[in-house]
Amino acid sequence: MDFSFSDEQQMLLDSTRRLLTDNYSVQQRRQIISSPEGYSRSIWRQFSELGLLGLNIPAEEGGLEGGAISTLLVCVAMGEALIVEPYMSSAVMATRAIAKLSSSAQRSEWLPRLNSGTVIAVLAHDQTNGAAAQAVFDDTVAARSQNAWRLQGRKAIVYHAPLADVLLISAKLDAASGTGTGLFAVPRDAPGLRLEAFTTVDGQRAADIVLENVEVPDHARIGGDVSATLPMVLDYGAAALCSEAIGVLDKLFSMTVEYCRARVQFGQPIGRFQALQHRMAEMLMHLEQARSMAYLAAFWCESEEASRRAAVLSGAKVIIGRAARFVGQQAIQLHGGMGMTDELMVGHYFKRLLAFEVRFGSTESHLQEYAARFLEPDRDGL
Amino acid sequence: MYLNYTTEQNRFREQVRLFLRANLPEDIRDRSLNGEERVAEDIRRWQRILHAQGWGAASWPKEFGGTGWSPIERYLFDLECALAGAPPQLPFGLKMVAPVLMRFGNPRQQQYFLPRILSGEHWWCQGYSEPGAGSDLASLKTRAVRDGDYYVVTGQKAWNTLGQNADWIFCLVRTDPSAKPQRGISFLLIDMRAPGITVKPTTLLDGTQEVNEIWFDNVRVPVANRVGEENQGWTYAKYLLGHERANIASVGTSRRQLRQLQRIAATQLRHGVPLLREPRFRARLAQLDIELTAFEITTLRVIAADENKAAPGPEASILKIKATEILQQISELMLDAIGIQALPFSAAVPPSSVPRSEWQHLSRITAQYLNFRKLSIYGGSNEIQKNIIAHLILDL
Repeated sequence: MDFSFSDEQQMLLDSTRRLLTDNYSVQQRRQIISSPEGYSRSIWRQFSELGLLGLNIPAEEGGLEGGAISTLLVCVAMGEALIVEPYMSSAVMATRAIAKLSSSAQRSEWLPRLNSGTVIAVLAHDQTNGAAAQAVFDDTVAARSQNAWRLQGRKAIVYHAPLADVLLISAKLDAASGTGTGLFAVPRDAPGLRLEAFTTVDGQRAADIVLENVEVPDHARIGGDVSATLPMVLDYGAAALCSEAIGVLDKLFSMTVEYCRARVQFGQPIGRFQALQHRMAEMLMHLEQARSMAYLAAFWCESEEASRRAAVLSGAKVIIGRAARFVGQQAIQLHGGMGMTDELMVGHYFKRLLAFEVRFGSTESHLQEYAARFLEPDRDGL
Repeated sequence: MYLNYTTEQNRFREQVRLFLRANLPEDIRDRSLNGEERVAEDIRRWQRILHAQGWGAASWPKEFGGTGWSPIERYLFDLECALAGAPPQLPFGLKMVAPVLMRFGNPRQQQYFLPRILSGEHWWCQGYSEPGAGSDLASLKTRAVRDGDYYVVTGQKAWNTLGQNADWIFCLVRTDPSAKPQRGISFLLIDMRAPGITVKPTTLLDGTQEVNEIWFDNVRVPVANRVGEENQGWTYAKYLLGHERANIASVGTSRRQLRQLQRIAATQLRHGVPLLREPRFRARLAQLDIELTAFEITTLRVIAADENKAAPGPEASILKIKATEILQQISELMLDAIGIQALPFSAAVPPSSVPRSEWQHLSRITAQYLNFRKLSIYGGSNEIQKNIIAHLILDL
């Protein structure tokens, strides 16, 4: 057991934090969200310069090859700054999918451009992460025709799809073409591909994707049958999202404690009132339990032991999801009326936590998933 | 970051398991696993067995006869003991008075008392709380008046755990009534056989007599049995309480109880279907299981952070609250699991509504539920722990 981070990891965290402190103020963030593109190209370039976009690219392909623990730390910093850039979508998940699943030709086609920030890729898979909840759409099908694949169907609520240059779309192979699930790299402007774009509740760009006879060449297919391998990528992404939530929770909690120290009512700071002190003690306990599970998720998300990995990820989503709800709600409550305003950042952090609760399978669906394990004979806790 | 045990730690764990398999007496283990009321002699016997192995005091440094184990090894030892159904080692001697003696006691006190704590010869109990001084410990009133080489102690202590078996008691007494509450307190070691001491057990909700009231009527205590300086007892008391909180973490016990809960839920039927198949019940069980997993990591994080500190930090308060919440929730869920069978509590002959083979076992669930209400009260109530978190961690 070792809970320390290496000097390299610590430096990575510090430099990511510094970059965001210097370049991602509340004001800058507001401007980015209301800009037509919905993200900052300049920040994205700086992420690349710092090596952050190559964190999940192997060293021999020019990346930092940081792995899950470094990704954890960087994502915590991203959460603290509440970024809207597609870091989780492109630099973690899509990059990981290409690095792990694709051929060497595909890797050399995509990885250098992902690393330099000239290409943004987004994985378009259902949001449920295979957990008990049903996918919103479950109808994307790939059919083989000569030396090409034809895709048909829909994908729901794909974060950052509108910013993507290329979408990695999962699709069931139709009966005539084989079995299992294929993953296809599809340019966002491919004929027949249509985005129904929107801004999510937590300020990020997303879209439903409609595919009508979208044709991609043979070499656009990534990996073979990805039904067993894609969940590993998704679990890796879920662990990263858990880490981001820790950054959000940390920031929201410290903002709340600060506010209660500064806000004076009845002639004293409201943080002197025991009812509020106890509430904050409870928030801290939720936060520390959440942090423990984010660590555990990062540690297990690369494991080949599928059952254990899934259990840890479900456990993390449950504990962090509950923490998100409690800490989020209480942060607003303790800020009083000010917590209700768009002006303060509290509400924005709150909305990011709301999104966390339902992305990659909701708290409730993961609890059910975990609970199903108790039906197996002689099962024990983790 | 590496969240598995190392090969060495796993080897250590295996060694503890083998020892437990070979040396934990079956009768003691069965009483423990059945949740029966503790027999004092079990606790004494187990301490002697551990002492013979050289494991009498896992948390002590080697120079005093401890194991010199690392904090993680101590954690693993406690975990395996609890999982195996070993009785608890009482904290009053080993983990409360001993650290105070090591830090503030004189060599004579250390040489006399520490080996006897280790061997189990001396059973210690705690004389802190009073009827008028619970959470507000500093308002204690028990007086100690100097008379030559003696203090004459008069007063009343409350909520004293298992003092009816004790040979010695460590007491906070007021030696300077004119000073501010925290300033006039001294720390005395008192022989329970001294004339003038009366022990009166208090019957608790579960029918047991786990705690006592103790009266001191002009009890003469040699000045040599004072620890440290006169009127400095509050410093030692706080040092001790810091240790106490750190010792309340109880992952092993919770894990064992969760397994037991699973077994109960697999056999209890509702409309002919095992309770475990009821989604709502299963979800509550799962929630607790996950909480415990998170808590295990939180505990290990605090242990790792405390490794280089002399005394545990205020983070121990987080552990105390969470540990007791989890244990209480498990006992609640057990109670819910057995439904109306929770009601028959004591009977000459088990009623036919409860299968005879289950009788002992089911009535203990109710008793434990009642008994476990204490967890959030003792050792600094959970409200006091929240005050500590607010003041010492959040600086409010």
